[in-house]
Amino acid sequence: MATHLNVAQARPKHKRVLPGLGLSLGTSLLFISLIMLLPMTGLIMQSVDMGWDEYWYVITNERVVASYKVTLWAAFFASIFNGLFGLLLAWVLVRYEFPGRRILDALVDLPFALPTAVAGITLATLYSQNGWYGDLLTSLGIKVAYTPVGIILAMAFTSIPFVVRTVQPVLEELSPEEEEAGMTLGASDWAVFRRVIFPALWPALMTGIALSFTRSLGEFGAVIFIAGNMPYVSEITSLMIFVSLQEFDFPAASAIASVVLMASLILLFAINVWQARYLRRLHGR
Amino acid sequence: MQFKSGVFKTILSSLLLSGAIQASAADQTILNTSYDIARELFATYNPTFQKHWQEKTGQTIEIKQSHAGSSKQANAIMNGLQADVVTFNQVTDVQVLHDKARMIPEDWKAEFPNNSSPYYSTTAFLVRKGNPKNIHSWGDLVRDDVALVFPNPKTSGNGRYTYLAAYGYAQHHFGKNNESNIDDFLSHLLKNVAVFDTGGRGATTTFVERGIGDVLITFESEVNNIRNQYGEDQYEVVVPKTSILAEFPVAVVTKNAKKHDTEEVSHEYLSYLYSEASQRLLAGFNYRIHNDVVKAEFADKFPEVTLLTVEEIAGGWPKATKEIFRNGGKLDQLQRR
Repeated sequence: MATHLNVAQARPKHKRVLPGLGLSLGTSLLFISLIMLLPMTGLIMQSVDMGWDEYWYVITNERVVASYKVTLWAAFFASIFNGLFGLLLAWVLVRYEFPGRRILDALVDLPFALPTAVAGITLATLYSQNGWYGDLLTSLGIKVAYTPVGIILAMAFTSIPFVVRTVQPVLEELSPEEEEAGMTLGASDWAVFRRVIFPALWPALMTGIALSFTRSLGEFGAVIFIAGNMPYVSEITSLMIFVSLQEFDFPAASAIASVVLMASLILLFAINVWQARYLRRLHGR
Repeated sequence: MQFKSGVFKTILSSLLLSGAIQASAADQTILNTSYDIARELFATYNPTFQKHWQEKTGQTIEIKQSHAGSSKQANAIMNGLQADVVTFNQVTDVQVLHDKARMIPEDWKAEFPNNSSPYYSTTAFLVRKGNPKNIHSWGDLVRDDVALVFPNPKTSGNGRYTYLAAYGYAQHHFGKNNESNIDDFLSHLLKNVAVFDTGGRGATTTFVERGIGDVLITFESEVNNIRNQYGEDQYEVVVPKTSILAEFPVAVVTKNAKKHDTEEVSHEYLSYLYSEASQRLLAGFNYRIHNDVVKAEFADKFPEVTLLTVEEIAGGWPKATKEIFRNGGKLDQLQRR
């Protein structure tokens, strides 16, 4: 403790508002350990009593593998959808003034505040064959509720704020001078977007899409109410975890959960590395 | 700062005070942990028991209720939920309290009459007005034009009863040794499912509110409740001639009751469910009961059917769990594409 204080005092005082690096770093690490690492260790520990063979058997079970596919594809389409419409929404919110803009801006966060189970039940009500949208879609021969399309819908709904909220600040920071420079040099709107705006936005957009994707991998509440949960067709991985818990088979549940956790970790790590490299290249460093 | 701590003190003292009032209001408190759809049942039963206990001992008793899926409740109790008694809809969820946590004695089924199951039900069908698909027996459910709704046997005790009831019917119909026909029947039944909800109430919602499916398969008690609630002209109840005996087991969580010194009242709480008055109340909630007098009163409400036990169909719950419902078991094999 004393040494930490000394280190802090050795630094020029005006530089940091928070007390010394040692103390703030220590506090951060303590909280990361308590709030994130400890529960995750607990999760992994539960699957430790099973042997490697058993672990492998559980995570490669045919039905569980089918659920990985359903979850991955649905999360993929949901995050692509969110990438397109999230970008559009962020663009509208940043670049245009119109009545109700502030309200629309606040509404974007609604899926975060809403309990996901409520979202799932609401979506199922709207899109089932006798619901408002469902009635219309059924007459066109499109079935959403209780099909894999329903899963995509629920995933997209619960994770769209990630894209909007990561893209928005970057768009706000983007200086109009560069665009204007492009325009004066005779570039078309599309060229300006493609050569000037998009490269600056791309890392934030990718991060948003990746966050949306990882969030979708773990989504449970919203999905199970609209998925129909048919084996091999519309069962998601978190349902398989839930099933194991219902059978009091905690090791199996944590084994499957560890697969989801691992996939998300790898993805987030890769995105971080890629983003750092891209930014370095973009700024010519 | 002064203001804040003043507010804090007020909140703290009012919390303590309300705690003190609660503690002094009743001589004892017990917590009844139960399954989802029993909320109204125990909300009605508790006052009658409070009266009974006061007459018997002169003491007042407060009864708290907690409701969720019964497997979830069993988990919560093993993780420390201080339940004094459990009133579940699945034998295995009670058994696990002995097997995994040693919180109840091994012979808990012998503690009360009828395998510690004061009331029971069976699996029945709810069909839409006029029975358009002409459904009368389990055999009608495997036709290609029939869409079924029942909860997932993997996540719901209710769904497990449905599977076993269909299995029992198939054994009865094709002969116990005719395995290929039985498997064929069951896999057709599973293929006809339109939505696999995770619990009984979810399945009810899917069938009634979303209008999915031709037949809802669930407990007879639930089937009757739905028809009463949503209008008798909307739905018809079909109770198949052969179905399953669905027991609703109860037990005192001995470990917790000992700690709270509530063993006596907890035991009486469950035992009083067998009294004539309580059995009448249970029958009012569409559960089948054991008391002969009450049974005669409600004879027209519960059609005479053959009820097979889980022992007869699958050799008991432990065997059924292991061979049918566990990961890689019969259910998984039949649902394979």
